[in-house]
Amino acid sequence: MDLSAINPVLLLASLMVAATPIILAAIGELVVERAGVLNLGVEGMMITGAVCGFVAGVASGSPLLGFVAAALGGAAVSLLFGFLTQFLLSDQVPTGLALTLFCLGLSALIGQSYIGVKGPEVADIHIPLLADIPWLGPILFQHDAMVYVGLALVGAVWWFLHRSRAGLVLRAVGENHDAAHALGYHVVRVRLVAIMFGGACAGLGGGYLSLVRVPQWTEGMTAGIGWIALAIVVFASWRPGRVVMGAYLFGGVTVLQLNLQAAGVPVRVEYLSMAPYLATILVLVLLSRNRSARAPGALGRVFHASR
Amino acid sequence: MSDVLLRLAGLTKAYPGVVANSAVRFDIRAGEIHALLGENGAGKSTLVKTIYGLVQPDSGTMILRGQPYAPGEPRAARAAGVAMVFQHFSLFDALDVAENIALGMENPPPLRELAARISAVSEAYGLPLAPRRIVGDLSAGERQRVEIIRCLLQDPRLLIMDEPTSVLTPQEVDILFQTLRKLCAEGVSIFYISHKLEEIRALCQHATILRLGRVVGTCDPRETSARAMAEMMVGASLHVPSRPAVEAGAAVLRLNGLSAPPPRAFGTALRDITLDIRAGEVLGIGGVAGNGQDELLLALSGEVRVEDAMLRLRDLPIGRKGPNARRKLGLLTAPEERMGHAAAPEMSLTENALLSGAGREGLTRHGFLRWRRARDFATRIITRFDVRTPGPDNTARSLSGGNLQKFVIGREILQHPDVLVVNQPTWGVDAAAAAAIRQALLDLAAGGAAVVVVSQDLDELMEIADRFAALNDGRLSEPRPTRGLTVEEIGLMLGGSHDMEAAHEAA
Repeated sequence: MDLSAINPVLLLASLMVAATPIILAAIGELVVERAGVLNLGVEGMMITGAVCGFVAGVASGSPLLGFVAAALGGAAVSLLFGFLTQFLLSDQVPTGLALTLFCLGLSALIGQSYIGVKGPEVADIHIPLLADIPWLGPILFQHDAMVYVGLALVGAVWWFLHRSRAGLVLRAVGENHDAAHALGYHVVRVRLVAIMFGGACAGLGGGYLSLVRVPQWTEGMTAGIGWIALAIVVFASWRPGRVVMGAYLFGGVTVLQLNLQAAGVPVRVEYLSMAPYLATILVLVLLSRNRSARAPGALGRVFHASR
Repeated sequence: MSDVLLRLAGLTKAYPGVVANSAVRFDIRAGEIHALLGENGAGKSTLVKTIYGLVQPDSGTMILRGQPYAPGEPRAARAAGVAMVFQHFSLFDALDVAENIALGMENPPPLRELAARISAVSEAYGLPLAPRRIVGDLSAGERQRVEIIRCLLQDPRLLIMDEPTSVLTPQEVDILFQTLRKLCAEGVSIFYISHKLEEIRALCQHATILRLGRVVGTCDPRETSARAMAEMMVGASLHVPSRPAVEAGAAVLRLNGLSAPPPRAFGTALRDITLDIRAGEVLGIGGVAGNGQDELLLALSGEVRVEDAMLRLRDLPIGRKGPNARRKLGLLTAPEERMGHAAAPEMSLTENALLSGAGREGLTRHGFLRWRRARDFATRIITRFDVRTPGPDNTARSLSGGNLQKFVIGREILQHPDVLVVNQPTWGVDAAAAAAIRQALLDLAAGGAAVVVVSQDLDELMEIADRFAALNDGRLSEPRPTRGLTVEEIGLMLGGSHDMEAAHEAA
């Protein structure tokens, strides 16, 4: 066992990378749930994004096109969920679960001939001046663009939900769809847009896994990250800031346990692999315990404009 | 005819199996308070939804201030100067007052500016309201103020009010009427939907009466008796429940310092309720919605457990017993919500009869169901209480509200309870069925049972209750004999000290 092999700067820097796919998927799902829709297909939308992004990235050689394809792929399968739940009024829970199962199979099919292929190179951005700060520079300011896109997205979502009229309407739809309908807002339209945004974000998160984090394509490579993103949204009490915290916590413990494995800590590998999931859920449960954490009032309920 | 604000000409709207509105025509003049009267199912809701753009008529036209008016959605109606206060408030509990108001406006100013305007308007009309408060924490009267102010901020020409007083105390009703008269003096027309005849007589200058989707009469309510209007609504003479005078017997159910925390967020805590309920009496419990009615019923039915000594049935402590144990001992309850609480919507009437009657009617044996007996029991309820349904195999959902209410009340009455507690027994039920239900409750009491009726319909309570008590913020007032009680006294019992009165004086 050699704990001195663990470099804290590298550890913190890779924490930000590890947290990014979760942040992306969770912030999308947060918007979906704030609109009153419970889409349990995050895992499926992520893996679809992962395979679409990887295929497009390899084919074009451009990571940017890869990410665009990842977002489009995620949005496309989310639209399937949207159609089933919003127009055919199917129950959201089994529909979301089915979406995940369907996407796991679909992505395996699409990605069959891409196993073992090398993806395009994604460059890190060295932010001038800031990147040269000792310690802080490598931790915060020498990452690929998507790390910053994810964080910016969280800020944008916060601003949208709490400062813009469209965000107010979205929250109203999620809180009480009958009242929103009575006031003349288009419940189904708002929800479809939210579902597609959630799909695109999950797709980006998946694309980040296959293009940056891993970076290659393997079947089932999301390995439960979509589920953790779902859990984080709930335990973060549907607040964007807390989502970042939960994602960093999960990313941090993930990176730490990987480092501990490498350093040969005498703890069974299985226990170390469990640690991020356990730690994240434990902390978030404790945090959300005393707050008046209230789910959006219409979350998961089927809306039907009655006569 | 220049003072006609809105003219409805031959509005017709049919749904599968029912014509909601049939060639409805009348005028609403500028600056008048115009009442729309009718029983449940007379087509009032459809008509106001048509005016507000939520429903498109099959045929017929509307003319607003000389212009053709056919709003495709509420947005268009609001743009044309038509605003509406809903019967079941269209508010968002988790959002604050200003956000709720912004949602109902076309082009709301920034929230800070809006908050200032809310304060200004609420002061001008004597409706105090803090813009940053979360709506879920407000009382029913305050919630209604949110809706009214939301409408007023848009300078409406026509304000539609759908059953606005059903959740208010008499004092709050007075304030509301003052506000409405003030608006009316400023030239705003008010279209006032209600079935409370005395209110309409006090407030409105013109009334249109709707029955089965048709206009069956118009009158000046200030010069027409309530009884005459009621008969126009119903189309027949009313049956007033009759009752023999009964000596109240010994106390059967005793509530001793009954207290319970609120069972859910935005609920009401029960605070120290002490009360004796006697055999052979009907005890009426009134109160504005949300003052602990549901919570009291949950505590009495056993869905919420309390301390054992807080509830005694014939000296037996039952506070910790569950619903089935209480049923076995003779304490039966019928909750307010028919679909999903009193009855399982997707199950047949036989199954629903089984659900509450299994114990007392012996509908199970060694854990197996006795279907024939259950079916017989359901059939007995259906015949005895005149439930209109093809048979006991139909689902509860297929019954109309009034019929299902007759079924769930009848189901309890036929089990011969010692104490029966009902919540809103005639809510949403037409007048004939309501009279039948009230008569059945009176008959039950005459037979020696104690009956507790929780209701927001004060007229109903005055009609059938021997004693009356009011719930306010989870506390129960001292019960008083109904005979000789005045409206003012009832109002004080209901309201206690309410901030409405302060506002009244300030305004």
